[in-house]
Amino acid sequence: MTKIGLEIHCQLTKLESKLFCNCKADYRNLPTNQNICPVCVGLPGSLPMLNKKAVEKAALISLALGCKIPSKIGFFRKNYFYPDLPKNFQITQYNAYGDTSIGYDGKIEIEGKEIRIRRIQLEEDPGRLVYEGSSQQTMITLVDYNRAGTPLVEIVTEPDFETPKQVRVFLNVLADLVENIGVSDPYLEGALRVDGNISIGDGNRVEIKNVGSFRDIEKALHFEITRQQSLLDRNISIHAETRHWDDARKITVSSRSKEEEQDYRYLPEADIPIVLIENNTVTSLSKQMPESIVAKKERYVKKYGIPLQVANVLSSDKFYSDMFEKAHTQNNAKEVANIITTDLMGFADTREKKLELKVTPKHISDLADAIINNKLTRNSGKTALQEMIKTGKYLKEIMSTLDLGQVNDASSIEQVILEVFSEEEKAVSEAKQNPDTINYLVGKVMRKTKGKADPTITLEIIRRKLLS
Amino acid sequence: MNLGISATEFIAQVKAGMISVEEFLAQTFERIKKIEPQIHAFITLNENVAMVQAKDIDKKIKAKEKVGAFFGMPISVKDNICVEGLRTTCASKMLDNFVSPYDATVITKLKSEDSIIVGKVNLDEFAMGSTTEFSYFGPTRNPWNTEYVPGGSSGGSGASVSSMECIISLGSDTGGSVRSPASFCSVVGLKPTYGLVSRYGLISYSNSIEQIGPIARRVEDIALVLDIISGEDPRDNTTVSNKTVGYAKDLNAGVSGKKIGIIKQMTGEGLDKEVSSATNKAISKLQSLGAQCIEISLDAVEHSVEAYYTIASAEASSNLARYDNIRYGFDYSNEGFEFKAYISKVRSNFGPEVTRRMLLGAFVLSAGYYGKYYLKAQKVRTMIKSQIDDAFKKVDLLLCPTMPILPFKIGEKVDDPLKLYLSDINTITANLSGIPAISVPFEISNSGLPIGIQLLANSFEEKKLLQGAYALQESTKLQEVPI
Repeated sequence: MTKIGLEIHCQLTKLESKLFCNCKADYRNLPTNQNICPVCVGLPGSLPMLNKKAVEKAALISLALGCKIPSKIGFFRKNYFYPDLPKNFQITQYNAYGDTSIGYDGKIEIEGKEIRIRRIQLEEDPGRLVYEGSSQQTMITLVDYNRAGTPLVEIVTEPDFETPKQVRVFLNVLADLVENIGVSDPYLEGALRVDGNISIGDGNRVEIKNVGSFRDIEKALHFEITRQQSLLDRNISIHAETRHWDDARKITVSSRSKEEEQDYRYLPEADIPIVLIENNTVTSLSKQMPESIVAKKERYVKKYGIPLQVANVLSSDKFYSDMFEKAHTQNNAKEVANIITTDLMGFADTREKKLELKVTPKHISDLADAIINNKLTRNSGKTALQEMIKTGKYLKEIMSTLDLGQVNDASSIEQVILEVFSEEEKAVSEAKQNPDTINYLVGKVMRKTKGKADPTITLEIIRRKLLS
Repeated sequence: MNLGISATEFIAQVKAGMISVEEFLAQTFERIKKIEPQIHAFITLNENVAMVQAKDIDKKIKAKEKVGAFFGMPISVKDNICVEGLRTTCASKMLDNFVSPYDATVITKLKSEDSIIVGKVNLDEFAMGSTTEFSYFGPTRNPWNTEYVPGGSSGGSGASVSSMECIISLGSDTGGSVRSPASFCSVVGLKPTYGLVSRYGLISYSNSIEQIGPIARRVEDIALVLDIISGEDPRDNTTVSNKTVGYAKDLNAGVSGKKIGIIKQMTGEGLDKEVSSATNKAISKLQSLGAQCIEISLDAVEHSVEAYYTIASAEASSNLARYDNIRYGFDYSNEGFEFKAYISKVRSNFGPEVTRRMLLGAFVLSAGYYGKYYLKAQKVRTMIKSQIDDAFKKVDLLLCPTMPILPFKIGEKVDDPLKLYLSDINTITANLSGIPAISVPFEISNSGLPIGIQLLANSFEEKKLLQGAYALQESTKLQEVPI
């Protein structure tokens, strides 16, 4: 039997400042070693100042993952020497000696399977090592402390996964969840990092580290299963060890450092007094907790009659479901959902494109209203949306400049149909024999009207003409 | 010009135009240069900046502009407290070239009241020691007899105040490091309640028990400094807003009707004879002033030395981990070293006492030993605190000699760490329980060596403590320092 457990590091990117100082939590795209102060580089004499908002965010994640929240939390020092760690200890939490971290004993259901959460702890990110060339051959290692002290939570699951696919599904759900509750942007580089523990049969547990993107963890786990299975098949025992994911070769490599033997000499962090978490804090956090993705999906289906597949896609994307919430009315909800999921999502599918998007909820709302009120065909709607994406212009202006208004006056449509019939005699006689080919003629009419003809009326007139 | 005036007198005389700050500072530096070869209190002098500041303050006074409450008071600062732009070495090779880019909160506060920092003073390396012999820059000597230790670890603070190289000094007290040199150098030294004074900028040794504390020649000067440096600091989460306004007011309230507990375990066996008789004399003086003295037994303190060295060493092993000579430190090329090899190579440059405590601390924290040592030590600490709480239900203040022994000669005990550790027995209780304690000079031995008496009060009762200390100070007249 395969048992897989995960350790996930999730940065709290929605916070303004670092965990113990006023430097920016958003360290990305800043000049090297400029987002630092005496506290986050651990200068002699500096002391940590706890960012209380980070405690709230960590509690929020804990609640969302069904964890218990203790009545008080403390911090511990995890002591080890590493060049990215300016104090040579990391301020983190530790579940021992009667203390617990911010969340423990949680669970979340993924496709009918329950994944237990062992603990969630709040801690600081170290700095970043920058190598000259490859990390194996470099003669020089540079350190950038801009990231040091960034708040993150470590989420530790029980070994409840049986397949790498379950892991992938869980991580997708988790990424959507942390985004939905407003604690993290999981798509920022390095915001969500995963280590895995895997054992098969009675074999020892192997830890996989250094998996760059959380999508690669599935590949790494597959590789490990194959490797461990082939060892077992040959009666070779599996060592308990830490293996690093080699992204270039897509294999795991035994790590030469003996991290698993390290004694971290945990020590209570006396510079940060015990934080009491009152009952009413938990209550008010629960109240603040945004609607879950599952509940949102159900609402879309029940309240607006949005098809399940569309509701699924829309509810799990924070950016677009937020846009939906602002754009929709009870009346146009289905159309708004349709426009967003079929046309807009495909266009702006990355974080960067979303950020640059000129389309606002008003754009979408106008468009949906025009379509359901028969002022615009779906086809012209697509053209209009493309123009909105390009220029940011509102529908009214686009309709007048591009001449997109729907043609629903029967006599003008009939006029065009007559033209088509005279040009396409062969197709007309074919359609008389076989009604399935009628769409060809509809298409011709649409082309002539640049997609503006009302498709229902067009179809009706063509049918009538064919019969006569 | 009398450099031995109190802070109160200094302020009054400058205000009245009787002395100029520039002249006082110039004479201060003259004295420093004259006696430093014998005392060696300072690691770094700040003469150029100090003299500019002095002239500036004189100008402001002449122009009747607003001047801070300290009017250019010359202050020395223990070299484990960060002062912007000044080298802050902790008397260690490991910080030989560290120039602090920021001010400790206490320094910011003192500067904003127009204090002048004359220099940074010597200590045992990273404040670990009680004699100031464990300094990378060599020992400080006792102004009362330069063959003797000045106490420690704030030996530079005690010696510089005692020998009139400054009026006030800031030290730090982890297990008695302000009170020991105060006692040995015949000056006053206060360890405030844990959390009353910000530690931001104090280089941590044992962060759960240490506090910055002032050293001065008079109790009223201590109160003036405490007024300025105490209070909640957003940069130190362990500070509390429990400040009493005006420590310097009503100092002469007296001890009449006050109950003073004489700590049985710290006044009986093992005391030097002269220390013992000085203690008895102090008790009778206080009684004659109307205090009621009763014996208080704190039997948990019998384990306090073990508990103290376990906790302090454990915290030290973690606090000193950052000194890896990568971002600052001393001149040493890292070329050709792999990270771990470099770390162990450079970290062998700590002195013997620091190395001893870091090893001890790493051991008591290691897997399998944590419960046996560290947690047990924390239990002792809880017991001591609870006995202290009980005691203060019965009495206003506690009393014992600050040091059980007289100052001893340099080199006499440097090779016997256990004996040195045991001399901390009377001071560490205040650190383990967080309460304030003060050492007041009370007598000079037949051999010409100072003896200090320690008073302790309940948490945040500094006002009561200072009133008791003032009464004790006024009950005796001591001779002047011979140097």
